[in-house]
Amino acid sequence: MDSPESKVWNGLFWVIQLFVCINAVAKSFLQESRGRMLYFYSITSPANFVLAKLLFNSLLMLAMSLLSLLLFSLFLGNPMQKAGQFIGLVLLGGWSLSLVFTFLAAIAAKAQQNAAIMAVLGFPIIIPQLLLLMKLSNAAFAPLLTISITTVLLLIALDIMVILLAVILFPFLWKD
Amino acid sequence: MTEAKNYMYKSWWKITAVLLLIYTFTAGLLLKVPELAPLQETIRNLYFHVCMWFAMMILFTISVVNAVRYLRNLDIKYDIYARQFAIMGIVFGLLGYITGAIWASYTWADPNTPVGDSFSSIARDPKLIGAAIALLVYFAYLILRDSVQDMDKKARISSVYNIFAYTMLFPAIWILPRILPSLHPGNEGNPALDVKNDISGNMRMVFYPAVIGWTLLGVWITTLKIRISLLKEKKLTP
Repeated sequence: MDSPESKVWNGLFWVIQLFVCINAVAKSFLQESRGRMLYFYSITSPANFVLAKLLFNSLLMLAMSLLSLLLFSLFLGNPMQKAGQFIGLVLLGGWSLSLVFTFLAAIAAKAQQNAAIMAVLGFPIIIPQLLLLMKLSNAAFAPLLTISITTVLLLIALDIMVILLAVILFPFLWKD
Repeated sequence: MTEAKNYMYKSWWKITAVLLLIYTFTAGLLLKVPELAPLQETIRNLYFHVCMWFAMMILFTISVVNAVRYLRNLDIKYDIYARQFAIMGIVFGLLGYITGAIWASYTWADPNTPVGDSFSSIARDPKLIGAAIALLVYFAYLILRDSVQDMDKKARISSVYNIFAYTMLFPAIWILPRILPSLHPGNEGNPALDVKNDISGNMRMVFYPAVIGWTLLGVWITTLKIRISLLKEKKLTP
């Protein structure tokens, strides 16, 4: 089978990343038992708890991103022109996805819902970041285009904002 | 807040809304407008289409402010406010889409083919996607609300989502469309707020009153809905 052209490769890659993230991160809150939440409640503050969750999910998602990048280049060919920059973007994207979905998983878990509602809540919020990431990574496939630093900074600023919002808003979800 | 002091029950701003809208409809359709080749008389749609989006943003902002107030006071009243303002924002967003579609069918659509054929190329515009994201976020907000049974929990969770979603909306509708290429005007500067070189002074005379008028109309409808919800609430908990 021929390997797909770079645009298709790029699109497929980010869609797969999105679903990997939803399934990987959903586990973090939705699988906690009530007893264990009570235990966490007694030993730590909500801000520490949510920061720990964000950190763990970020690391998990970074590992998953690298894994799926490896599998993609094994099975679908390797159209990357600037491999180093693209790997950087993949890590940044994985991080952004994991942060947003960690917080949404917290909301979904509080609403006692399954992972489906997390996807419903998350899709509209994540689309802007995905559009930016796809635009950036298209540049990594074309030798003549350069990756715009301001867009990368914008993504990083968004990530920092998500962390701040999580720290501010999580205490309201936490108390029951 | 006692009834006498609450702005909801005053009538002066409702009269202002009606007067401003009458002015919008008469002056908007009669006053002279600049003649621009691709727009011609459709430029008058500015008083309706752009105002819908302004009103939507203002209503969503009021909604998120009430969500913050709910989290600070834990008074269920503010949650009702936030919900109703979000619903009215969605209504104005849909109206903005409809007026935009009418406008686009005269300006963007290829005149040599049926209007429907241009749909796929128009609908791909980043600004349209951004607006769709804004509406989807608030649809998700309503779904989330209805999926929780307990009143206080529902209010708290949906307020948290409201604040989170609103802040994530900024890139979707204010930053992102300026980075991606778009057919829609308003890529540089602050569209419609730039006093020097945006819309002509003549049109501004109608445009700003129109924005205020439409927004007040939205607030008016919302307050009526809020009053109904508050009465229902009172009946439930005597």
